[in-house]
Amino acid sequence: MRKLLFQNLLRLPLTVAAPAPSEQALAELGAKLDQVARRRLGRSLAIREVDAGSCNGCELEIHALNNAFYDLERFGFHFVASPRHADVLLVTGPVTANMREALERTYAATPDPKWVVAVGDCGRDGGVFAGGYACVGGVAEVIPVDLHIPGCPPNPVQLLEGLLALLQVQ
Amino acid sequence: MNASSLRTVLEGGRPVAGHRPWPRVIVTPELWIALSEGLAGGAWTLLGLWGESGMAHLAAHEPSTGTLGVASLPCPDGWFPSVGRLHPPAQRLERAIADLVGLQPVDAPDSRPWLDHGRWPVSHPLGLATPSIGALPPYPFLPVEGESLHQIPVGPVHAGIIEPGHFRFTANGEAVVRLEERLGYVHKGIESLLTGAALERAARLVGRVSGDSTVAYALAFARAVEAATETIVPDHAHWLRALLAELERLANHLGDIGAICNDAAFALMLAHCAVLRERVLRASAACFGHRLLMDCIVPGGVAADLPADSAKVLRALVAELRRRFPPLVELYDNTASLQDRTVGTGFVRPALIRQFGCGGTIGRAGGRAFDARRQPGYPPYDQLEFATPVLDESDVNARIWLRIHEVEQSLTLIERILERLPSGPVRGALNRPGQPCEGVALVEGFRGDVLVWLRLAADGTVVRCHPRDPSWFQWPLLEAAIENNIVADFPLCNKSFNCSYSGHDL
Repeated sequence: MRKLLFQNLLRLPLTVAAPAPSEQALAELGAKLDQVARRRLGRSLAIREVDAGSCNGCELEIHALNNAFYDLERFGFHFVASPRHADVLLVTGPVTANMREALERTYAATPDPKWVVAVGDCGRDGGVFAGGYACVGGVAEVIPVDLHIPGCPPNPVQLLEGLLALLQVQ
Repeated sequence: MNASSLRTVLEGGRPVAGHRPWPRVIVTPELWIALSEGLAGGAWTLLGLWGESGMAHLAAHEPSTGTLGVASLPCPDGWFPSVGRLHPPAQRLERAIADLVGLQPVDAPDSRPWLDHGRWPVSHPLGLATPSIGALPPYPFLPVEGESLHQIPVGPVHAGIIEPGHFRFTANGEAVVRLEERLGYVHKGIESLLTGAALERAARLVGRVSGDSTVAYALAFARAVEAATETIVPDHAHWLRALLAELERLANHLGDIGAICNDAAFALMLAHCAVLRERVLRASAACFGHRLLMDCIVPGGVAADLPADSAKVLRALVAELRRRFPPLVELYDNTASLQDRTVGTGFVRPALIRQFGCGGTIGRAGGRAFDARRQPGYPPYDQLEFATPVLDESDVNARIWLRIHEVEQSLTLIERILERLPSGPVRGALNRPGQPCEGVALVEGFRGDVLVWLRLAADGTVVRCHPRDPSWFQWPLLEAAIENNIVADFPLCNKSFNCSYSGHDL
């Protein structure tokens, strides 16, 4: 283990430069974010990820945000285990009828001020799964959404661009 | 009962025309029960059990002869003799049939609903689709009796970035005496959405049954369509498909090896494996245009040929992984504190693995050598030499090592595919069926064997399609794996299984 750790000291970092926040996301957020809430939370946001029915593709790319290339924590974001510790709910999936109540209760358990980011084409409007008996539709059908990050799934850079917009809106 | 072979039993049924490549036969209730007994006897493996209005279907495999077949039982009165009564692996599938189609398995040992949580506007969406009667009574979990027991309910929303499902632990102190899973939370009604869908939309949907296995699902769907329509796929496409499949296996195994170790609080392994996984995803995006390789395989072939410098990109990827992966294997092998957590943890009896026909890494880490790339097999694997790593220990450690061996094997396969990649078109024109036809395919994904069965209308739209995830035969074994382990080892056991919630819930 020592050898591996030592070798890594000598290697250049893998982390990519931060992307600019997404213009589209900034526009969507601009109207919604409360200045007072922003000042109170500063630049450190705790994220609770909620899979409300996704195919797990979005989860794979959200996981990738934590790898050395994207290193989400350098921006002050970190994933937390409980909605009670969260400022941001990162919600994926066409909300299934079977997950609706769990999503509502997770939202209710998240203290104010809070933001909801709907991830993926499914999170926007149900995506390919829209229209069936088992899906309610996009996340906004169930809880208020502050930001959409589209894609099937959005890649980590697109996720970063969207999340950075949360920090940038002044 | 097992004196007769699967072929003999199936020959007792009435063959259905236009079902390819294996036979499908209409059977009587007596033959259906004979099939159930044969499955229970252990000579055959249950590959799938699904229904449609008025008919139950069962797919089975006989490993000793390689016989594969589908038996269909007409159910004019809305019931069929329970297979799960004799063969437990069928139980959850039967509960799903009762929920989705409304066909009742008679004498089934477990009649509780499974996918239907009482939240849908309809009952039996794949059957009569009558308006729902509304909320169901609270789900009755299995009783656990004894002194000093306590229950730990977990989920559906879990603590990590993972899919939702409910786990009900009953523990005696630290030791788990029973785990009961309650799944179905991510049921998206995919089979209903597939009904009437055009092939292009259906391929996109099936490619999203479980996002991490999109290549395996797209391949199984494409092969089923091609079998049904008797379409010939160009050679070049076969080889590109194998390349896609091995890249998917590589990315997922690397992610899993890191994530399992991380659940034993060894974060260093996750950090390094996540970097290697990212390199695979980037190479995939460079060569196929999508990091997770979604929508790359289409009925008839693959969507696009490789860009010019792909061989170079992939060879560089293989070289990088061959340089970086072995030190990580050495790290795992030499870290006693980590192995202390993984060795002997989450043991599953090999007999149970065989009974459930549990495939993939869990099966092969528990002595069951089944690999759909070999049997039934499909091109180009029939022209590639590769070993099937099998281990017998059947614990978390074995499941890590199995993945390590398969990473090495996939690297070799990618090199061999690149060496022999033929040229030519990447997509053939699909034959127009002209009349209703049916197809079935079994494909080896990173998690295990994916089954897709479908029926197409004369105009090529989907009449009925049933994708069956390998997790159906793996989830139940997780309940067995955790027994007598401590609660704190559940994440480790669960991650070493890495079953799909979405693939199972459909």
